[in-house]
Amino acid sequence: MTAVRCIDLCRTYRQGDEDIKALDHVSIEIEQGGFVCLSAPSGGGKTTLLNAIGGLDKPDSGEVYIAGQRIDNLSKGELAELRLRQIGFVFQAFNLIPVLTARENVEFVMQVQGVAASERQKRAVEILEEVGLAGLDDRRPSDMSGGQQQRVAVARAIVSRPALVLADEPTANLDSKTSDGLMELFRALNDHHNTTFVIATHDKRVMSYAKRLVRMLDGQIVEDIEQDAA
Amino acid sequence: MHMFGILLRLAWRNLWRNHRRTLIMLLAIVLGTWAMIFMTALMRGMVSQMVADGISVLPGHVQVHHPDYRDDPSIANLIAISDEELSERFGSSADFLAWATRIRVPAVITSEYESRGVTLLGVDPLQERGLTFVDYDAVEGRFLESADDTGVVIGRKLATTLNTKVGKRIVLMSQDPENEIADRGFRVVGLFDANVQAYEEAYVFAGKTTIQKMLRVGDQVSELFVLGDDFRDVEAEYNKTVELIDGRAEVKRWIELDAYLGTMLSVMDGFVLVWIVVIFLALSFGLVNTLVMAVFERVREIGLMLALGMRPIYILGQIIVESLLLLAIGLAIGTALAWAAVQPMKDGVDLSIVGEGMEMWGMSSVLYPELLLSDVILANVVVLVLGFLASLSPAWRAAQYEPIEAITKV
Repeated sequence: MTAVRCIDLCRTYRQGDEDIKALDHVSIEIEQGGFVCLSAPSGGGKTTLLNAIGGLDKPDSGEVYIAGQRIDNLSKGELAELRLRQIGFVFQAFNLIPVLTARENVEFVMQVQGVAASERQKRAVEILEEVGLAGLDDRRPSDMSGGQQQRVAVARAIVSRPALVLADEPTANLDSKTSDGLMELFRALNDHHNTTFVIATHDKRVMSYAKRLVRMLDGQIVEDIEQDAA
Repeated sequence: MHMFGILLRLAWRNLWRNHRRTLIMLLAIVLGTWAMIFMTALMRGMVSQMVADGISVLPGHVQVHHPDYRDDPSIANLIAISDEELSERFGSSADFLAWATRIRVPAVITSEYESRGVTLLGVDPLQERGLTFVDYDAVEGRFLESADDTGVVIGRKLATTLNTKVGKRIVLMSQDPENEIADRGFRVVGLFDANVQAYEEAYVFAGKTTIQKMLRVGDQVSELFVLGDDFRDVEAEYNKTVELIDGRAEVKRWIELDAYLGTMLSVMDGFVLVWIVVIFLALSFGLVNTLVMAVFERVREIGLMLALGMRPIYILGQIIVESLLLLAIGLAIGTALAWAAVQPMKDGVDLSIVGEGMEMWGMSSVLYPELLLSDVILANVVVLVLGFLASLSPAWRAAQYEPIEAITKV
């Protein structure tokens, strides 16, 4: 089953007097259970592609399908519902809600989904343990290190077991040991729950975990290879 | 419903993220609310006192006169209803707190030194106890003891003008129905004090029967007045009086007899609303500014919440809940402070230092603040409703952010 399908996506940004082609006729298909790394130098288009897949940005032309549903023509509200129910996000910066504790941040998506309080608390505590943050439930983001914050963000992205996780430079602010731990967690979720991962990165260590490596340059896919993961 | 919990939690915690800004805004709301309610209580008190004073001079909430009396308030226009008949008709009615009849005619009072024009009131002191502006117990000397008392009670200021005092004799002179001079000597038995000094010069109290005899009018009276329990709503008393008088005289509500006082009441209601709205408008600039700043500082978080799947309507709700929380706290504290400020003044605030200026407006020199529940509710509802409306703009802007633009905002 196809988890993600993009057909001939184009996206151009205006920067000063110059038009920047962030996506230039990009087409890609990712199967359910895929573990794909998008790799590109800065400005190569990987984040733009990730945002288009996540319904955070609309392409100028082309079509995007998630689990067979076309999403590039959905309304804001419908896209919000799609992101809420089907997609987990890990953003480049830590992007936690500063006024909520680690556990409340993890619970946030479930609370918006309407999961009962006892259930979401149980799941949040479990997932925080899983990402190595046991005992830090009540800490606010400002009281945690960058690595801890990123792990909270990861916990939030995967706690409601979305079919698709999109991660933009998830290890950018982590040390190598924490990065490895995080990628192993991703792989475990991928292996055991068949969760599809699409990760934008230029970290070779992260790429080594991918089953499929897609290289981009100037808004185009220049290489798309299957590989043996670490 | 499940969203309300998270919206409330986010709103509450975001409110205290910038303590100083929130506290300053809160202080402004508290002061504004206090001013709305406390000043309204003072103004209500002034107007109510003015009306109450006015009603105590033209006593009663409903009055009955000869149909021509209002055009010509003379001895010629009396009503022929005896107290016995009234006792029979009115005595057992539960619709009235009290009723009384009076002779009320223009007269001249003369001491051995001076003469003055006054309004002579022939009263039955037993009927009128507690109804007029004169406190019987505070009278120097004594008040009248019965309808056929042969003494008079005059105001302290009039006594000074006439250079007379308790125990001295004066002469009262008026006209009888035949246009003949009717006069009689009286002994001053008491001096009264009034909140409005003009009343001390204008009114002279004498026994009703004594005056009826002096004027040779039998048991006729100038007016019958009926007192209910609230001058703001006299319809029940009015309807009952109309029924009991049965077309034998003209029945009027106090508001028809003194249009100025009646108008004051309705103007006051409008003024309170304007006052509350004006204060709110001043507050709203601060409120909107606070919310705009709060939204501006949280653009990335708002983008994140949208990206994670929170619908824009809940972003809007979160900002509005934040605004309403701030307003509700300010309103609660401001209302409590206004209530606390009014309590020590319940027994009246002495404004005699500006007494003469107050009297020009028909107000007494003692002010009793009047804190009405309806005014408190009005202030709170107006602030919450207008606050909600003022919050819509920044909240709407927040809800319109594109998640990815907001999340990458530096």
